[in-house]
Amino acid sequence: MMPLTPMPTEPLVEMRGLKTHFHTDDGVVKAVEGVDLDIYPNRTLCVLGESGCGKSIMARSIMRIVDAPGRIVEGSIQYRSAEGSIVDLAKVRHGSRQLRQIRGQDIAMIFQEPMSSLGPIQKIGQQIAETISLHRDVSRKEAKEIAIEMLDKVGIPRPRERFESYPFELSGGMRQRAMIAMALSCQPRLLIADEPTTALDVTTQAQILDLIAELKEEFEMGVMLITHDLGVVAQVAEDVAVMYMGKVVEKGDVYSIFERPQHPYTRALLESVPKIGGEKRDRLPAIRGMVPHPLARPTGCTFRTRCDHFMPGICDVNEPAMVDIGDSQAACFLHLEKTHD
Amino acid sequence: MTEPVIEVRGLNKHFNIGGGFFSKPNDVVRAVDNISFDVMRGESFGIVGESGSGKTTLGRCMMQIIKPSSGSVKFHGTDLVGADQKTLRQIWQAIRMVFQDPQSSLNPRLRVIDLIGQSISKAEGLKGAALADRVSELLTKVGLRPEFLHRYPNAFSGGQRQRLGIARALATNPEVIIADEAVSALDVSIQAQTLNLLKDLQEQYALTYIFVAHDLAVVEHFCDRIAVMYLGQIVELSTTTDLFQNPKHPYTRALLEAVPIPDPRARKPRRLKGEAIPIVASKGCRFSPRCPHATDMCRETVPTTRKIDGADVLCHYAGDI
Ligand SMILES: Nc1ncnc2c1ncn2[C@@H]1O[C@H](COP(=O)(O)OP(=O)(O)OP(=O)(O)O)[C@@H](O)[C@H]1O
Ligand SMILES: Nc1ncnc2c1ncn2[C@@H]1O[C@H](COP(=O)(O)OP(=O)(O)OP(=O)(O)O)[C@@H](O)[C@H]1O
Ligand SMILES: [Mg+2]
Ligand SMILES: [Mg+2]
Repeated sequence: MMPLTPMPTEPLVEMRGLKTHFHTDDGVVKAVEGVDLDIYPNRTLCVLGESGCGKSIMARSIMRIVDAPGRIVEGSIQYRSAEGSIVDLAKVRHGSRQLRQIRGQDIAMIFQEPMSSLGPIQKIGQQIAETISLHRDVSRKEAKEIAIEMLDKVGIPRPRERFESYPFELSGGMRQRAMIAMALSCQPRLLIADEPTTALDVTTQAQILDLIAELKEEFEMGVMLITHDLGVVAQVAEDVAVMYMGKVVEKGDVYSIFERPQHPYTRALLESVPKIGGEKRDRLPAIRGMVPHPLARPTGCTFRTRCDHFMPGICDVNEPAMVDIGDSQAACFLHLEKTHD
Repeated sequence: MTEPVIEVRGLNKHFNIGGGFFSKPNDVVRAVDNISFDVMRGESFGIVGESGSGKTTLGRCMMQIIKPSSGSVKFHGTDLVGADQKTLRQIWQAIRMVFQDPQSSLNPRLRVIDLIGQSISKAEGLKGAALADRVSELLTKVGLRPEFLHRYPNAFSGGQRQRLGIARALATNPEVIIADEAVSALDVSIQAQTLNLLKDLQEQYALTYIFVAHDLAVVEHFCDRIAVMYLGQIVELSTTTDLFQNPKHPYTRALLEAVPIPDPRARKPRRLKGEAIPIVASKGCRFSPRCPHATDMCRETVPTTRKIDGADVLCHYAGDI
C-alpha cells in the first residue's frame, strides 16, 4: 500500500458554495450548483462524474474562462498565493492584471480538447516558447530550449524537429502532449487537467501521469484532475470528488471512495467500469435512465430519479446535506437516517 | 466465416517532415506502412496502439479523406483508392467516420438539427417535423435529450459533443462505422450505454465497426478481433480472446501491462521505457530499441509477419518468448 501523503494544513484553493449558471433563452442552466471543494498543494484531487455534470465548467470557473452566457453567480474561490495572501478568484475583475498573472503562471489548465487551446496556424514550439517568455524571465533562446526540453519530457520524439511542427501535423495524442508541455512549462502551483490523457494510449498515459506526479512532488504543485477513467483515479489520486448535476455528492480519500463508497451514485459508477479479464458479459451495466434535463432539475436529491434506494416523501422533498461518514463525506438521506438513529 | 466488407492491401501513407531547420529534407514519417487486413461483415475490428502509431491516418486513408501513398482499400470489391468523387460520396454514406476530436469536426455554426439532419435530408429528403423527429430519436439513442435540437455544439460538454458525433455517424444508416476514439471522453456509465447501443445496432443491421481506442478494457469488451499497431505497422493481429490471454508480441504485452487497474492498492511501478521514434532506419525491427528481448538479429533484420497459433505476429521470436 502506498502511504498517503500527509494532509498539508492549508489548501491552495477553497471553493465555497460556488455556482456557475448559463442564462440561455430557454432558461437558466445551473452547470455548477453549490460546490464546496478544497485543493491542496502536493496532492492530486480527482473529479469524477457523469458527462455534463459540470466538471469542466467548475474548472473553467477557477480559471475564470467560462464563456458567455455563463457566469459565476454565487460563492467564492479562495486562492492562496505563494506569499500567503488570499485572492477570491470568483470576484477578481475580468482582464485585470492580477487575474492574468495568476492564470498561466500560478494556475495552468490542460483542456479536454487540445485543438481548443493550440492555435492552428502557429508552430507548436513557438506557442510554447511564447507562453514561457510571457511568464518567466528568460531570453528567447532560453525559452526555446525550455520548450524543447518540455516537449521531450512529455515524450514527443525528436522534440527539436517537432518544435517546428504545426498542430495538424501531429497525432491526436501528440497534440495533447504539446498542450501539456505548454501548461507545465511555467511550473504552475496549481495544475487543472481536464481529461488530460483521454486521447492517449496506456503507455503514453502512464508517462504523462508520471510526469505530472513528479512535478507535483518536486514543486509541491496541487493537481485537480478531471477524468472518467477510474483506473487512472485509482493510480494517481489522493483525494476524490464525485459530482452529479453540478454538485459534489461524495468526497473523500481514494481508499474510502473505492472501498467504502457511500453514495448510490458512486457505487453505480464503480460498478459500470469494464475490467480486463473480467467475466465476459454481453452488456455492460449502465446506470438506468438519463441525466435529467438541466432546466428541469428534480426536487430534493437530484439523483433520486435514477436511484435504486429512492425513498418517497424524503428524497424528493429536501436536498440532502453533506454528512461525515468515516473518512469521507456524502450527500444522501440513507446516511442521514443512520446518523439520526 | 462471412465475406469481407473491407479489404486493405499494402496500404501506405508517408508524410515528409522536411523543412524543419534541423531535420534532413527528406525525412519521412511512415504513418501507415504496408498494412493489409480484412474486416468481415458484422464484426467489430479493433485497432489499438501507441499515440502516433498511425491509427487515425489509417482510418482517414481508408475513407480517402487523405490520399494514401499507395495500396488499395476495397469496399465490397470496389477499390476506393483513386475512385471518383461521385463514387466516394456514395461510399461516405455507407462508411461513416466518428472523429477523434469532436471540437474540430463539428461545425460550430450549425445547430444540432442541421448538424445531424443535413445528411438525412440529403439522403432521404426528410424535412420539417419529420426530420426533427428523426434527429430527436437519434439524440435519444445516444443518451442526449431531444430538447437539445436547437443548441449549438459549444453549448455541450465534451462527452455530449462526442455523442453528437456518434449520432451524426448513425444518421444515414451506414454499413460500416470507423470510430476513432469515439467513446473515450464518455464517463463509464454513458460509455456502457453507448457501447450497448452500438452492439444492439450491430445485431439489428449487421453493422461493421472499425473501432480505434486506447482503452483496452473497452476494446476487450467490444471487439471480435484486434490489430495492434506500432509505428505504422500491424505488429499483432488476433482474436480478442487470444490477444488478451496469450499476447505474443512484446509490444502487445507491454501495452497490457500498462493498463491502469481500478484499485488504489494495486498501484504500479513504471513500465515500458523509451519512446517510439517515427522516423526509422530500414534496419531491423522497429520495436527493438525498446524491446526487452531484442537480440542482434532484431537490430539487423526486418521481421516478416508470421502465423503463430492463429495470430499474425511481426516478431522474430514470437512463440518462443
Ligand atoms: N454555453 C452553454 N450554454 C448552455 N449550457 C451549457 C453551455 N456550456 C455548457 N453547458 C452545460 O453545462 C453543463 C456542464 O457542462 P460541463 O462541460 O461542465 O460538463 P462535464 O462534466 O465537463 O462533462 P464531460 O464529462 O462530458 O466533459 C452541461 O449540461 C452543458 O450542457
Ligand atoms: N499532415 C501530416 N503531416 C505530417 N505528419 C503527419 C500528418 N498527419 C499525421 N502525421 C504523423 O503521422 C504519425 C501518425 O499519426 P496518427 O494521427 O495517425 O496517429 P494515431 O495513431 O492516431 O495517434 P493518436 O493515438 O495520438 O491519435 C504521427 O507521427 C504524426 O505526427
Ligand atoms: Mg468536460
Ligand atoms: Mg489518432
